[in-house]
Amino acid sequence: MTLDLPKYKTTDEVDFVVIGSGAAGGIVAKELSENGFRVVVLEQGPYLTEKDFIHDEIEVLNRDLLTNHPDLQPNTFRKTPDEKAKPQRAIAYGRLVGGTSTHFTANFWRFHEIDFKERSKVGAISGSTLTDWPISYADLEPYYTKVEWEIGVSGLAGASPFDPPRSKPYPMPPLPVKSGGVIFERAARKLGWNPFPAPMAILSQPRPGRSACINCGFCLAFACEVGAKSSSLAAAIPMAEKTGRCEIRPNSYVHRIELDANGRATGAIYFDAQRNVQRQKAKAVVVCANGAETPRLLLLSANKQFPDGLANSSGVVGKNLMFNSGALSVGVFEHPLNDYKGFAVSRILHDFYELDPDKVGFHGGGGLDARFDMTPISFALGGLPPGSPRWGKGFKDVLSNNFTRTVEILCHGTSLPVENNSFSLDPDLKDAWGLPALRMTYKDHPDDVKLCNWLNARAAELLQAAGAQKQWSYPAGEQEFSVHLLGTCRMGNDPKTSVINSDHQTHDVKNLFLCDGSSLVTSGRGQPTMTIEALAFRASDRIRALAKRGDLST
Amino acid sequence: MDCKTSRRAFLSQTLTGISAAWISANMPAMLSAATHARQAVKSASPAKFEFFSPEQAVEVEAISACLIPTTDTPGAREAGVVFFIDRALVTFAKDNQKLYSEGLLELQARLHEMFPAVNKFSAATLEQQDQILESLDPQSPGAGRRPFRPGAGGQSFFETVRVHSISGFLIDPDSDKHGNRDGAGWKAIGRENEHMFQPPFGYYDKDYPGWKPNPANADKPKS
Repeated sequence: MTLDLPKYKTTDEVDFVVIGSGAAGGIVAKELSENGFRVVVLEQGPYLTEKDFIHDEIEVLNRDLLTNHPDLQPNTFRKTPDEKAKPQRAIAYGRLVGGTSTHFTANFWRFHEIDFKERSKVGAISGSTLTDWPISYADLEPYYTKVEWEIGVSGLAGASPFDPPRSKPYPMPPLPVKSGGVIFERAARKLGWNPFPAPMAILSQPRPGRSACINCGFCLAFACEVGAKSSSLAAAIPMAEKTGRCEIRPNSYVHRIELDANGRATGAIYFDAQRNVQRQKAKAVVVCANGAETPRLLLLSANKQFPDGLANSSGVVGKNLMFNSGALSVGVFEHPLNDYKGFAVSRILHDFYELDPDKVGFHGGGGLDARFDMTPISFALGGLPPGSPRWGKGFKDVLSNNFTRTVEILCHGTSLPVENNSFSLDPDLKDAWGLPALRMTYKDHPDDVKLCNWLNARAAELLQAAGAQKQWSYPAGEQEFSVHLLGTCRMGNDPKTSVINSDHQTHDVKNLFLCDGSSLVTSGRGQPTMTIEALAFRASDRIRALAKRGDLST
Repeated sequence: MDCKTSRRAFLSQTLTGISAAWISANMPAMLSAATHARQAVKSASPAKFEFFSPEQAVEVEAISACLIPTTDTPGAREAGVVFFIDRALVTFAKDNQKLYSEGLLELQARLHEMFPAVNKFSAATLEQQDQILESLDPQSPGAGRRPFRPGAGGQSFFETVRVHSISGFLIDPDSDKHGNRDGAGWKAIGRENEHMFQPPFGYYDKDYPGWKPNPANADKPKS
């Protein structure tokens, strides 16, 4: 079937322009177009399809086939605001239609109730701007269910005793267990913990136009060639296009949102593939450009009314950046696991989701998962035990033994919001279009590092209980790079301390909405995309209600 | 002469002076290596190599074979790593052309310093080759006495050849990069040359009885 895809003129005032086509943008485009609105999605990256999704590690990992390219869009990094930031790659995100959802691991658990009201429960934390969300888990629950059923998530309801309440089971069973998952499950139970089948945004059963997972083994960082990974490219965007009202416009790099004399957004200004400047008119604008590019776009859109950045009367645009903390332990086993086959993760546990600060001496919580997310070259260059030979027969021997026998235990935990942690515009460095580059300022809250080292000690215990022949741990340190870009335009009821309200509407500009990782108030315990997608479904409902009431036209 | 010698020496110098025990111990690998080397030599014509001269190609192949030697499983030679590197240097690694040209000259100089009697790296014994590479590896214990010139990206010639050799050994053989010929590298590390698998995947999941709820569950304290 060939779809009759709309092609709007830039001078057509469409109902919505959506900036970014990733986890949030894809869903917003689908929901709004399915509800009768005319939508243009401006995506800075290309429109690739399944035939483009190769397993060539050099193209994908080294040459950024799917990701932001540091030569085109360099950024700078510093730990604290008193330092001069230096050019250093600090972020990676999917730069193609479907965004980062095309190449993520696809861990898809829901945030728990605590994540929405932690500040009330634990009180103030020194050095952190931790605050409650203006919405609760119960408000988001129906939308988590929508993600599972409409986008496609495999899992087993009730398998984790720590899971929050849910209104429906998963639409399909968990993916098959891997050897690393079996090892993890047995050892965790020996220790009295509660491992369970990982909820994954990867199909265990086919859906129309999409295959179930074929276990190719090129999953994390690669895009799926059979549509089994539930990216926006595979799931939401085809539904949006099917409405006949949604145009996905790739190679469109938005760099400014303009306001009219009444303080109303009039559309988006972007560079097209030839770097000509174009203006797409729209009645309302939804920015879903990710936790780095969304605040950057607002800062680039500063004007007379908003000299510090569009919709930034609060001054918090770009601030309170959170990553999710992480640490890793690795085990090598006697017999081949062959965990190179399949998706990354088949078993996880959440026994440590809510730790008691009085007992452990720090704030936060997290989980462990069993994974193998390395492909052959990356394993050979980075997956061997510390101190292994780097070449010669010794290198080849350890590589040949370990490739099939290694499993990693990844710890993922809280990042506390810290005001100084931020994205801002670099005063000197420019991107290939001449726009100010992103500057990241980030220093983990000390509790995040303590938490991860505590979790890593549990991971080491687990590997020991599993009978690993060899095991080692990489201690958690302060992070300088991330793919989880959260909290930089946080949601809240107070316009002085937040950028958007609980409808995702900016406090300052009535027809400007933001929805992506930047909206998150807390970081959960890792794996934010499920929550970003649930927020996108909910935001679309709220935006639709406001539009139908006529609230966007003033 | 050392009891170990290089395959190039084996091919070019007849069998004089080589330990018979070593030859018989290594015969299968050597035969295999020799077969591929013949192909390499045959194809070492300007029409085949796009960047290297035939002489350079022989040297680079010898380096890659030290980095990932042929053992009871295929090594860099069998995986055609030199073809991958040659292709890389006219495509995605064009920026490294100078690093290779100059690096090979410096390699020659180092060889001359350390083993004045040997005229080519590929003609040195395997032990001599290892010693030369160790002297170039910035991370080897003996390195650092004569720091090697870093490339434009700050990476040394040695480190660049090492990363290129590993990449050429293990890249998806279906890619257009001319590496991992016939999946030889994947075979060496135990990865099946397929892109579609069915469970059971490995030793520990083959007898998995299926998910069962934890019998000792639920109301456990959370830390």
